[in-house]
Amino acid sequence: MKYAFFPGCVSKGACPELYQSVMQVYPRLGIELEEMTTASCTGAGVLQEKDQRLGDVLNARTFALAEQQGLPIMTICSTCQGVMSQANHRLTTQLDYLQEINDILKQEGLEYRGGTTIKHFLWILLEDVGDEELREHITKPLGGIRAAPFYGCYIQRPTDALEFDHYPDRGKSLERIIEILGAEVVDFPGKTRCCGFPILTINEKNSLNMVATHTKDAKSHGADIMVTPCPLCHLNLDGMQTKAAHQENTVIDLPILHLPQLLGLAMGMDPKDLGLKRNIISPESVLAKMRI
Amino acid sequence: MHTTLRIRRFNPEHDQPSSYYQEYALEIDPSDSVLDGLIKIRETVDDSLTLRCSCRGAICGSCGMRINGHAALACKTKMASMASEGETIQVEPMNNMPVIKDLVTDMAPFWSKIRQVHPWLQPEGPPPTTEYTASSEAMSHLNGVMACIMCGVCVSDCTVLEVDHRFVGPAALAKAYRFVADPRDTSSKIRLDTLNQPGGMWDCTRCMECIQVCPKSVAPMDRIMSLRAKGLAAKVSSTCGSRHAEVFTDIIKHKGILDEPMLAVRTFGLKNVGRLMGMLPLVWQSVVKGKVPLSGPLHRPIPGIQQIQRLYKRVRSKQ
Repeated sequence: MKYAFFPGCVSKGACPELYQSVMQVYPRLGIELEEMTTASCTGAGVLQEKDQRLGDVLNARTFALAEQQGLPIMTICSTCQGVMSQANHRLTTQLDYLQEINDILKQEGLEYRGGTTIKHFLWILLEDVGDEELREHITKPLGGIRAAPFYGCYIQRPTDALEFDHYPDRGKSLERIIEILGAEVVDFPGKTRCCGFPILTINEKNSLNMVATHTKDAKSHGADIMVTPCPLCHLNLDGMQTKAAHQENTVIDLPILHLPQLLGLAMGMDPKDLGLKRNIISPESVLAKMRI
Repeated sequence: MHTTLRIRRFNPEHDQPSSYYQEYALEIDPSDSVLDGLIKIRETVDDSLTLRCSCRGAICGSCGMRINGHAALACKTKMASMASEGETIQVEPMNNMPVIKDLVTDMAPFWSKIRQVHPWLQPEGPPPTTEYTASSEAMSHLNGVMACIMCGVCVSDCTVLEVDHRFVGPAALAKAYRFVADPRDTSSKIRLDTLNQPGGMWDCTRCMECIQVCPKSVAPMDRIMSLRAKGLAAKVSSTCGSRHAEVFTDIIKHKGILDEPMLAVRTFGLKNVGRLMGMLPLVWQSVVKGKVPLSGPLHRPIPGIQQIQRLYKRVRSKQ
């Protein structure tokens, strides 16, 4: 199981604990990674607001680099995954368009032939590592912990670009992982909704309202923690939670963990090695419940 | 096949009206739609069940409702696709609009938002003696958005409208795009300037719920993205929304990757002291917690950034 690793901007920027934790867990799962150090940002859907074709050129370049490596791409961000999946869907279903993009790439000695697979770490755990192998690495099951899933829009919609027809279990993959890790799934309506991050700088009030709505809702359903495969969701749900609570004149205090952080805890790793001290909302209460 | 419809009921004529769920067991044919099931209940079990429907063929847009948590047309949704043998299907009225009774919602706020974007052609000059014509080629790109049947399904599942009813919403913005992109319309700049205001095109979170649920593949969010691109090209006045897209694109050009602090500072603008000061608690917390970029605070450009810059130039030259 070898992948071209696309870490995304945020895991090496505002959420270094995500990069840190995935670096801890992947070698133990039989995964090999070759980091794509020259790959650019996907555009995150924002660059595409200005120029979608430019975004597709940048992503086609990344796919071509992965083809040169002869490897599928592994992402660790719902937004990176979704934006790349959408770009790949356009490029592989409209061959005239792929030709147009390749005409722009060819002067750099690059060509995308349409053969790159892009998979989020969440999907790799279930589809490539597999339930049985994963269970063998769980040395400290999360019994007694109630975990609410929070996906991030881009790993849930649109389902055609994300190939939900071929992989129908992807829509419930986070719940499945929580179960395998031994925790109890807290189902709540907001798990597939928007965290509000994309409008944080544009309409902060609405953005914080979304943070407060989902974290309070998860907590009222009994969650001890929330877990997300998206660092952008994490930035808002964790980093802006205190401000969101203040806006609503309440206290929320729900720890938000990155997926590899939760996985690492269940694999018996030291919270310090998983970067848990970097989370803004302290996970100490949950660690105490786990007797760590 | 056996299923149960769990329907959210509401009768405003009760002494103390409140919503509740009522379950109806049904024997169904695999080809039956949710609307077939609801009509069967109304005609054979409970004639008080209230719903709105007309064409039964996904044309009129009357039977929008939430089915297993997501908005859809009841006539276009097969019960067999929503539940396996013996399972329950939950049916509720559309979200983000007032409920009149049971599954019937008040569409008045929906139409009010549609009217807000002036959904009619605004050409310049004296009216022609015949119709306002345009070539098929000039109009074909609008076929998708003109397929909208005004069912309200996208509005029901809009995540922004859940928290802010002032947002104009996906259906009205898709309709606005239909006229902004119409080659015969001469009010595009005025329309874009209006949509550039708070509650307009920049308030969408890009959550794609509207794309996912639209029964006619109108893809409202894609239209909103096109409105934003047209707004930037038309040089609408600078707002946090327009600056966010411009600055993001510029940062990727110079660094290849995102520099989050620089994006925030340049989006707010150096004169926006209030917003900049509002960031300080989070910046301080992040520094204390060690949430600093792995490449250092200044975000070094990626190796080979010159190739990214050449690609930018080449894309621009082909526009």
